[in-house]
Amino acid sequence: MTHPRADALPATSADWTLPSRSRVGVICLICTEAALFTIFAVAYLFYLGKSVSGPQPRQILEIPVWSTVCLLSSSATIMKAERVLRRGFVSRFNLWWLLTLLLGAEFLRATASEWHRLIFTNNLTIGTSLFGTTFYSLVGFHATHVTVGVILLALVFVLSVRGYVTQGHTERVETLAWYWHFVDAVWIVVFTVVYVVGR
Amino acid sequence: MGVVDHSMPQSTPTEIRLPLLTQLHEWVVTVDHKCLGLMYICSGLVFFAVAGIEASIMRWQLAFPNNDAVSPEVFNRLFTMHGTTMVFLVGMPIILGLANYLIPLMIGARDLAFPRLNAFGFWLFFFSGLLLYFSYLGGEGLAGHGTAPDVGWFAYAPLTGRAFSRGSSTDYWTLSLLVGGIGSIATSVNIVTTVLCLRCKGMTLGRMPLFIWLLLVVAVMLLLAMPALTAAQIMLLLDRYLGAHFFDTQAGGSAVLWQHFFWIFGHPEVYVLMLPGFAAASEIIPVFSRKPIFGYPAMVGATVSIGFIAMGVWAHHMFTVGMTAMGNTFFAASTMLVAVPTGIKIFNWLGTMYGGKIRFATPMLFCTAFLFQFLVAGLTGVMLAVAPFDWQLSDSYFVVAHFHYVLIGGLLFTIFAAIYYWFPKATGRMLSETLGRWHFWLLVLGFNLTFGPQHISGILGMPRRIYTYDAGRGWELWNLLSSIGVVFQAAAIFFFVWNVVQSLRRGDSAGDDPWDAWTLEWSTTSPPPPYNFETLPEVRSRRPLWDLKHPEDPDWRHE
Repeated sequence: MTHPRADALPATSADWTLPSRSRVGVICLICTEAALFTIFAVAYLFYLGKSVSGPQPRQILEIPVWSTVCLLSSSATIMKAERVLRRGFVSRFNLWWLLTLLLGAEFLRATASEWHRLIFTNNLTIGTSLFGTTFYSLVGFHATHVTVGVILLALVFVLSVRGYVTQGHTERVETLAWYWHFVDAVWIVVFTVVYVVGR
Repeated sequence: MGVVDHSMPQSTPTEIRLPLLTQLHEWVVTVDHKCLGLMYICSGLVFFAVAGIEASIMRWQLAFPNNDAVSPEVFNRLFTMHGTTMVFLVGMPIILGLANYLIPLMIGARDLAFPRLNAFGFWLFFFSGLLLYFSYLGGEGLAGHGTAPDVGWFAYAPLTGRAFSRGSSTDYWTLSLLVGGIGSIATSVNIVTTVLCLRCKGMTLGRMPLFIWLLLVVAVMLLLAMPALTAAQIMLLLDRYLGAHFFDTQAGGSAVLWQHFFWIFGHPEVYVLMLPGFAAASEIIPVFSRKPIFGYPAMVGATVSIGFIAMGVWAHHMFTVGMTAMGNTFFAASTMLVAVPTGIKIFNWLGTMYGGKIRFATPMLFCTAFLFQFLVAGLTGVMLAVAPFDWQLSDSYFVVAHFHYVLIGGLLFTIFAAIYYWFPKATGRMLSETLGRWHFWLLVLGFNLTFGPQHISGILGMPRRIYTYDAGRGWELWNLLSSIGVVFQAAAIFFFVWNVVQSLRRGDSAGDDPWDAWTLEWSTTSPPPPYNFETLPEVRSRRPLWDLKHPEDPDWRHE
């Protein structure tokens, strides 16, 4: 077979750039997780007011203002961390990253104390009623995601303190930040469904 | 620089025989998309044999009225395991295997975007299969003798509740699907990322082979639909182990909600299984008609709209539940709407064949039969979309016939077409045409003999999943014919296995491009080297190999 001469062929586009793998990958993950949360949120809304026994949401749920503030502001701090890393300030990155980590951990602590109160004072467990079932599964599923996020944040923090994170890792840090933003966005939905609509 | 580097040696270097343990270890630790693809397909075929045996036992039981070849309990386990296996352990791995093997080769890449995630996905699938079948040993706990799950492949609540499904057999079912589902999601993330980020130079979205387009849509559908199953399985586990009440009707829970969640996954799943079949047909029919695919943009558009509409048709599985008139109308209308893009596809395949110089090699034979049989499946599908018709025939053998025409007449035939078509690429050997023809004609005969009569027994009122039936209802002949068909299908599969074994040992050497095809996988050696391409190719049209073989009239002048 004769090879066509190279100069006879039209050039393929000179700057052939495709999206970055980690960004597309994390967007796919976010889409599929969003679908997962949708099902749990739908279950919550579907069973609203259908509990045949046990306490009702209005009687025992308090709006978690403090933990919401913590989680939402952690989105801002992680963005700040990402920006300073992009400019190469690793020690300032560490500071903002640690702050994000602490805010995430505080959210988990606040959730834990809310659950402690609900379980031991208000006698609401997952088996009490449909409210308990859907509440603990939806909020717990979100809290699981926050926990995973906090573990990953801590991992990056340890690596960074030991000097392994540099300006070159901005894109990887960004991938984790997108996941964290997603977890925050889900909280807005969970908050609306459980504490605004459901109360 | 051309697409193909023909200076590459055609023969693989003489292999050094490694000890068996080392070879096995290689397979276990591999992250190569081709090895994983073959492992997916091979384990899928093993499970296919297992689920086929389960089906054969059911047909044996149903061959005659008042038969008691197996006990009713065993029969329930058989249809549950048959359905679950065929969908999750046969259909899914084989399509993911084809995707794994072919996507990087077709888009001119060296591997999937995340090779280790790919291996992770495979092993999750593999162990989900082992978990499901372990239920035969551990279903009732290790002390008693085990049982497999017997709740049907869609496991309607409240039958799956603790009160009605004792022991742990249902938990094996739940956990198996949960684990396997996570594996499928991981692989879908990988497929989407690979297709979007790793295409070779010049391969714009509009120049991707249709196979790639269809699998991209499949992966997106899996990302959106699979979580519904995962969530439902988590809820079921919470119900069974922590005393939650999601599907516990006594505490106000809803059994219908399970049906919604299951079918929000379950119906897109049908298209997830079927679109890869379309994908294979869209590659094979043009090559054996010696014409480019007719209406490429329409095919892409139809695929995307099938994917889109398929997400909104799930409740047509639930017409008999008693939804509102509005619900019935919506889901009947959306279901009928799917027939439009599907029809476009069938016409485009026919348009590709029309006026072509058709070569009826075995892959093309399977594709041609697929066109006829899938048309029957589509027609009965539109019939079942009419809600009042469905009220009459839902849960009858008519439905069984319908979806077996989809999944065997449609999917299995295109999978065999794909295996005959790409086997030379993966192994370097051709499958025998003579044995292939035996395989094909016996399967056409056996398949139609088994499932054609089920349309009639269904219309005559035979419900699906019944253990046995009385004589004198007019069902005897049709059931006997169905069961006789199994013999032919089994013979066909025997010829297939024999063909594979024989051809692996002494099949004709395939060369790089045995079918004179046009997509990039045929530009590398058979089997491809671990790195796929020595230099990454560049493409200028949808048929890069045509351009190379016909420098006097390349496609890029016309596109």
